[in-house]
Amino acid sequence: MFDSLSGRLERLGTSLRSRGRLSEADLAEALAEVRTALLEADVELSVVRAFLDAVGERVRGENVAQSLTPGQHVIKAVHDQLVEVLGGSALKVTYAPKPPTVVLLAGLQGAGKTTTAAKLAKWFKAQGRQPYLVGTDLQRPAAVEQLRVLGAQIGVDVFSDATDPVAVARAGVAEAQRLGRDVVIIDTAGRLAIDEALMAEVRQISAATDPHYTFLVIDAVTGQDAVHTAKAFHDSLELSGIIVTKLDYDARGGAVLSARGVVGRPVVFASTGEKLDDFDLFHPDRMASRILGMGDILSLIEQAERTMDAGAMADSAQRMMSGAFTLDDFMAQLNQIRKMGSLGGLMRLMPGMTKDMRDAAKNVDDGELNKIEAIIQSMTPRERREPQIIDGSRRARIARGSGSNVTAVNQLLKQFDQMKKMMRQMSGGGMPQLPGGMGKMAQMAARGAAARGGELPAGFEALASGLKSGASAATPSGGPKGKKKKGGRVTPPKQR
Amino acid sequence: MTAVLVIVALVVLALAVVLVLRSRRRRVRVAPEMVRAPMPEVLVTEVAPRPEIDDSVGMDRRLASARSIFDRVRSISAVGSLSDEQLDVVEEVLLRSDVGLATTTALLEELRAHGAPEGVAAAIRASLLASLSADRSVRTSADEGRVPVWLFVGVNGVGKTTTIGKLAWHETQAGRSVVLAAGDTFRAAAADQLQLWAERTNSDIVRAAEGADPGSVIHDALGRAQARGADLVLADTAGRRANNTNLLDELAKIRRVADREPGQVVETFMVLDATTGQNALSQAREFLAAAEVTGIVLTKLDGTARGGIVVAIERELGIPVKFVGIGERAKDLLAFEPESFVDSLLSA
Repeated sequence: MFDSLSGRLERLGTSLRSRGRLSEADLAEALAEVRTALLEADVELSVVRAFLDAVGERVRGENVAQSLTPGQHVIKAVHDQLVEVLGGSALKVTYAPKPPTVVLLAGLQGAGKTTTAAKLAKWFKAQGRQPYLVGTDLQRPAAVEQLRVLGAQIGVDVFSDATDPVAVARAGVAEAQRLGRDVVIIDTAGRLAIDEALMAEVRQISAATDPHYTFLVIDAVTGQDAVHTAKAFHDSLELSGIIVTKLDYDARGGAVLSARGVVGRPVVFASTGEKLDDFDLFHPDRMASRILGMGDILSLIEQAERTMDAGAMADSAQRMMSGAFTLDDFMAQLNQIRKMGSLGGLMRLMPGMTKDMRDAAKNVDDGELNKIEAIIQSMTPRERREPQIIDGSRRARIARGSGSNVTAVNQLLKQFDQMKKMMRQMSGGGMPQLPGGMGKMAQMAARGAAARGGELPAGFEALASGLKSGASAATPSGGPKGKKKKGGRVTPPKQR
Repeated sequence: MTAVLVIVALVVLALAVVLVLRSRRRRVRVAPEMVRAPMPEVLVTEVAPRPEIDDSVGMDRRLASARSIFDRVRSISAVGSLSDEQLDVVEEVLLRSDVGLATTTALLEELRAHGAPEGVAAAIRASLLASLSADRSVRTSADEGRVPVWLFVGVNGVGKTTTIGKLAWHETQAGRSVVLAAGDTFRAAAADQLQLWAERTNSDIVRAAEGADPGSVIHDALGRAQARGADLVLADTAGRRANNTNLLDELAKIRRVADREPGQVVETFMVLDATTGQNALSQAREFLAAAEVTGIVLTKLDGTARGGIVVAIERELGIPVKFVGIGERAKDLLAFEPESFVDSLLSA
């Protein structure tokens, strides 16, 4: 999967690292992984090739930095190339000195043009503009009605007429001018790229209204065809940018890369949901991060959503945020986690995990989880609520009751304490937004794993050092240090 | 033990982040999914006459023009052994058709294993056809005393409503009486769109205000169909993404309602846009689990997209394509034919 591209390269990195620097053969192997990931993400074949060439050049052209392993070096090159391809020559929306600013939307049937038109209008409205919608899709039954309904929801007037599309567009712009609106958004009929008659129509609309911006609306789940579409529209309309829709469908969205690669115009807006608010400027760095590793977190969330009880989840979250996290909650969550699947599988989905951690997770069997559960179950309800009262004799009793030993009980209590600390930090420190937040957490975890101290939260460091000692048996490969820094370097840093 | 504890701690923490984020999101967005503005007064607009589309566009034209790569494969194919170059060409053709990497790799494995005694082109063609061997019959009758229902599901913008309109036309042409259920109560004016098809095909339609419960719309349609002795109910549903549990649960519920007396769901069609890439596989997997999909309608095949992902869907999930849409007119909906599909796929 696209999502785990960084993971794959990381695993590859293990074998690369021992050799110190990247040979051509290593590079070919790494690039093959990148190719697979891109193809699975629907990036078009020729775009994939161009991308691989560019990454190869980057890797060869730069000296391997001292701080990076060769594997990390490749990941970094992929990330940088992604950001460049996705975000180079970004477009800033400016307004025509003589209003109205005319925006033309074109795209295939079903890409989401009409909804996008309304979302864009809402966005302009939020910028303090007075948008006006013009519906020229007289093809699809009730398309204009859809636009009117959406227009009513956002308080933007909609112009249309059952004459012909070109006349409607021209009259719509004139009407906007008369009304003193400063942005006109023209929705056009969906069409197939190869349909000459309909392409001619949108060209005529373009000629009649002389738009300042022409956006191609493209569906994020489009396959190899994305380039045909983008090229056909670009050839006949001279696009100024791309709007990608349905980015919430799939974490991968390779179509974005394909269209961007072929047309050479920036992706300007992204639509990430059904609701009219789910629309914003496109952030290339976020998308690049997502391509490299964020998708996994999305699936983790999805998996959690699928299996976990919503009410219990909300309660649990509430208690965590307030810092009142007890061993009972811990056990409840342990059970939820078990419902979600194997620990190894879950670890795979988490960002910033190193190979050592994943390997360690793979070796966990349910028996060990049972042991943990047994220890907690051997505590009295009060002990579970207030673990600080557990003294030496209580420890001995719990150890006896659960058929384990005092050391195990101690370890459990210590880990629990650290977890609590981290939760307080997370809820206290203002939870960042979803992608950034997860990225940050991954970064923390990874940096913690490298046990570098400094600004890192105490818990992660301790967790990581605990892991190192615990997991070292499972991982014969050399010192974890260099590799583990990787997450911190590469996982999407500071997106705000 | 320590390692286990650390791992559990990490997973719990990840979970904690998820939980906190979820609950925040929940707090910020008031009653998501359910906020719908009141329906303003709308009138059905006149539809401009649609330009006639050249009949030759579509499969035939592509088939005629498109022997090129097929020929390319054949020309480099020395009968018997397979060269890397040949396999590369085949791989490229399949990947460009959206067949997907996993299925492409599997097909290439088959090629390697079986060789190509009659040439690469013939071998890959046979391999693809073997992948498309499921039963494609379409059920139109239900048990005694029950009304057969075709349920239509899919993501947004794939052409569900249009497909229903076309099938309504086909079925009424075949002499069956049809009741349309406007179960897409979410998208603005979706019911209006279906209403136009009802008028064109002279069918009954049951619709409700925007935001109404889709289950009750379908339930009413079943009642109407039974009362009038209609032969078939075609039930529309709102487009939904396939990775949202709530929306999938809603779909499962709609299916249960449609399958309750007097109704019986005899086909659940997943409508799929041919331009869709690998995400189509997850769509099929999720909709299969939620709504017991029995067949796929592959739309927009008259464009440049090949829709090769259906090969992967049929191989992995066993869901066959039953119809293809190759144009805007009612008659541009055809029964799926594996041979012409595969030829078109290889003509990339």
